Amino acid sequence: MWYFVVPEVVFGQDALSRLAELQGKSAFIVTDKNIVSLGFVDKVKEQLSQAGIKSNVFDEVEPDPSFQTVSKGVALMNQYGPDLVVAVGGGSVMDAAKAMRVEYERPDIKAEEINPFISGLGLGMKAKLICIPTTSGTGAEATFAVVLTDTADQRKLSLINREIVPDIAIVDPALAVTMPPGITSSTGMDALTHAVEGFSCTWKNDFTDGLCLRAIQLVFEYLPRAVKDGQDMEAREKMHNAATIAGIGFTNSLTAMAHATGHSLGAVFHVPHGRALGLLLPYTIEFVGDAREELWAEISYALKLKIPKGKKAGPILAQAIRGLAKSIKEPLSLKEAGIPFDKFDSSMDKLIDNTMADGSLIVSARIPTEEETGKFFRYTYEGRSIDF
Amino acid sequence: MAILFGTQEWADALRKAIENSQSYQEAAKKWEGDLYIIVESDAAYKYKNIAYLDLWHGECRAASVVKDESEKAPKYRISGPFTIMRQILDKKVDPVKAMMTGKVKVKGDMAQIMRMPRAAVELVNCMTMFETVFPD
Repeated sequence: MWYFVVPEVVFGQDALSRLAELQGKSAFIVTDKNIVSLGFVDKVKEQLSQAGIKSNVFDEVEPDPSFQTVSKGVALMNQYGPDLVVAVGGGSVMDAAKAMRVEYERPDIKAEEINPFISGLGLGMKAKLICIPTTSGTGAEATFAVVLTDTADQRKLSLINREIVPDIAIVDPALAVTMPPGITSSTGMDALTHAVEGFSCTWKNDFTDGLCLRAIQLVFEYLPRAVKDGQDMEAREKMHNAATIAGIGFTNSLTAMAHATGHSLGAVFHVPHGRALGLLLPYTIEFVGDAREELWAEISYALKLKIPKGKKAGPILAQAIRGLAKSIKEPLSLKEAGIPFDKFDSSMDKLIDNTMADGSLIVSARIPTEEETGKFFRYTYEGRSIDF
Repeated sequence: MAILFGTQEWADALRKAIENSQSYQEAAKKWEGDLYIIVESDAAYKYKNIAYLDLWHGECRAASVVKDESEKAPKYRISGPFTIMRQILDKKVDPVKAMMTGKVKVKGDMAQIMRMPRAAVELVNCMTMFETVFPD
């Protein structure tokens, strides 16, 4: 038995106008200062005002949001008493908003206590959650996962509960158009990793396979275009769709080793999430290797990659992903990502510990030992293909 | 040799499997807390079995059969109907999925479980390292 959970998805040009159809009195807009400066929050407020909904803005969400930020937002929500929570931003903003909504509606449950084993949260009685992504990668607008950072422990925590999925996801490509090439590329690799892992983890299922495969195709076709020309609206729209499709896919299957190692890397070195994942993905494909060879072949077929007779699809797919990453100027090794070797080396125990404790690892088709995890990180630092 | 489920012999076999599992020891090296595994009766099984495990930093310090839940006050209680528990032992049902869908109930410090989900998976793997037979 398993579930397939998905929000109402409003997508395409002018999707933002869905806000003007909402019913409510007061909206609490969760965002960051950059999104405010880009004018997106004003656009959201304008749409909400057409529905007679007043707005209050919390713009203090930082990259890799902390539990403290969530608490700060919840305190303001309690003050304003909104019946709508509107997240406008990237994954950090949407994750913070999801956690805030839980604490606001269920003050008896702290964000760090969100877990998959509790049910009957009764969310949506006090406030609906609307997520509006401004990047094309995280998929957080469609997922029931929240990643928050425990700053004291230098660790990212993945908090999962299917009831925290947003009520509405508004996927309007106009909000992605200002993304600079570097963010377009790293978030795009995030979407690709979601789709590949959603398709290949041990919890993959019939409901998510098609979504993940389509998202992989879209990323390969449109990400280079979106990076090259941010005004290419077809590429923007396709990438925005790909991110949400991949989000729906992986949240209903799960992610695996690239996420476990990527969360670890991000928590210790603050490498942008998508960049870390995109960098690590081909190495994890090589590591998982034969355990998923049939699926690597399926993805390769969907991408029209040529697999010479007698050759395995895994390494060819890994190289194709490295080719895509290189074409959009994403780093291919931790060294290229600018991590100093001395810091990398001295952080090895922490990198291994974080990885081994990450929930995503349990659905990897091949689970590394601690020793293999250390070796894996050393290979990724040097940019060596995994051969063990 | 198959071991009868719900007996002290079964608890001993599990303890031995834990002691021999490098994967469990790695996954649970920070785990602190004892637990009950409670198999509840259902249409296919008329008994109730309770196994007590004292797990600490990857080790199993004690494993025993308990007759009544009130005998000890463990930090965690994992319970489910016999049919589901058997499917888990037979590797037909994923233990974490069973918990996430409420088929298997978990009570205790959720924050620790969320920090070490692989420990739960590896513990179940230990239970499948020896052959179990079930009472008729």
